Amino acid sequence: MNLDEIKNINFFSKKIRSKILDISLEAGASSSHFGGSLSTVDLLSVLYKKILKLDSKNPLWENRDRFILSKGHACLGFYAILNELGFITNDELTLFEKNDSFLLGHPVLNKDKGIEFSNGSLGMGLSLGVGVAISLKKKKSNNKVYVLIGDGECNEGSIWEAAMSASHFNLGNLTAILDNNNLQQTGSNNEIMSTKSLDSKWSSFGWEVINIDGHNINQIYEAYKFETKKPKLILAKTIKGKGFSFSENNNDWHHKILTKKQYEEAKKEINER
Amino acid sequence: MRDDFINARNLKLWPNLGMRATFGLIALELAKLDEKLIILTGDVSTSAGLDRYRKNYPEKYIDVGIAEQNLIGIAAGLASEGHNVFTTTFAPFQTIRCLEQIKVNLGYMKHKVCMVGLASGLVLGNLGYTHCCIEDIGALRSIPNLSIVSPADTTELAKALLEFYNSKNSMYIRLTGGSNVPQIFDNEYKFKLGMSKTLKKGDDVAIISTGTMLKTALETAEILSKSNISAEVINFSSIKPIDKKKILEIGNKFGLTATIEEHNIIGGLGSAVSECLSAESSKTKQLFFGIDDKYTKGGEYQFLLDKFNLKAEKISKMIIKHLK
Repeated sequence: MNLDEIKNINFFSKKIRSKILDISLEAGASSSHFGGSLSTVDLLSVLYKKILKLDSKNPLWENRDRFILSKGHACLGFYAILNELGFITNDELTLFEKNDSFLLGHPVLNKDKGIEFSNGSLGMGLSLGVGVAISLKKKKSNNKVYVLIGDGECNEGSIWEAAMSASHFNLGNLTAILDNNNLQQTGSNNEIMSTKSLDSKWSSFGWEVINIDGHNINQIYEAYKFETKKPKLILAKTIKGKGFSFSENNNDWHHKILTKKQYEEAKKEINER
Repeated sequence: MRDDFINARNLKLWPNLGMRATFGLIALELAKLDEKLIILTGDVSTSAGLDRYRKNYPEKYIDVGIAEQNLIGIAAGLASEGHNVFTTTFAPFQTIRCLEQIKVNLGYMKHKVCMVGLASGLVLGNLGYTHCCIEDIGALRSIPNLSIVSPADTTELAKALLEFYNSKNSMYIRLTGGSNVPQIFDNEYKFKLGMSKTLKKGDDVAIISTGTMLKTALETAEILSKSNISAEVINFSSIKPIDKKKILEIGNKFGLTATIEEHNIIGGLGSAVSECLSAESSKTKQLFFGIDDKYTKGGEYQFLLDKFNLKAEKISKMIIKHLK
């Protein structure tokens, strides 16, 4: 990836973070999962801008790659990206968490809008990804499946059922991206449920593990591009709340209302960075 | 879907094999007819009668190991890509072990999967209540976009499996009974989701059953006839959707209705029937035959059926008592 490309992605990520602020403000009193969305932005920006084969004009295109947001609460960045890429209109984006809306605080299956599955209950998305990856292999498709999971989500036993099966079924077309921001709802991973070495756990489950800085655009890109016959786990060290000084590594921002004052401060900070 | 495998030869063979082995034989037939078929199990190919299927159609068979949450997730992923997906394992593991996966993947997202619950009810009573399943109907009935069918015999099993192809919803097929399930229906029988089937007309009491309890319901009517009590016997294999119209007819006609099921009396067929009856004016009193909301010491199938008053002699005695 050359410097211009990296600059472009960084610019795109900035736009997404700015849009996350807009959606969070719009959500008002219903609050939103701010921190865990911001840690995923750079990972998703590279994925959507450089990796995924998609067509917003033909969302059901058979030859599209599939993305599953297994940590469904991190939907702010996901929606912002789908909006930037033309899947979700600006008007629709204002419907976030409103009555009778299709855009809720956890994604609801809507293939026309680029949402492949409903998510929100943690630990379920990787199994879906395994099923889709098996199907694509059976169809002899070259398309790939990407699943974004969280480190807190790795508390769920079902993640490990899915992990075990992905290598058993030799799913070289499956990539899981682990947003390792070290924080879960009410504390750090170590306080709540120590994950110990995620690297050796996933390796021992038969995955190719690639350790990266989840905010380094070039490292993210190289990890996606890395070729392996095994299922691939991108273990991305990230910062929860990344992008704004008041929210970085501050777990108060797991799920919180963004005030107008904070919104303005954050907008200013984005423009200055 | 062609149904010529439901023929005289098989109708003679299947009842002697029981539900599970019959399911395995029907799977072999479906594999010939359905390009998109995939059957998933959780390390139970032998128990599901699928060993020949596994050997003959490896490309249409996936064993996910003993991991039922993953079973439903993978099934939903495959269904989302257009495969016709069946899953199977023992009933408790097929249903309540992975209940939330069923809710989110099949109910909420509406991915269409046919789940076949093996050995539900009390048939594995000698193995203990971990392996019995008296909770599956109650748990699944509260999930929208899911049909629940408990076939009365192997003919109805075959017809229900074919009905899955016409259904827009996921389906849970609850297999009860032992390795020998008396044949009740012939090939003329038409199974339809949401429809009951009246096998015997009567005037004094309505007996409603689901699953292989239908045989017991028919035997009960036979015993009652000796006391000049005329019983109507209705098969409610389709528990959800349920034949509300028939239930209301029963409520208006009969002073007494008995529901018979190999399930907890809370949440199962009896509950579904009383939900319909209580919403309308009805003159019928309902007797609930089933497991009386308890885990007892275990034991073999017939012993437990007797213990829970699920034998025709006991049911008929209690009906007579209530008619007096």
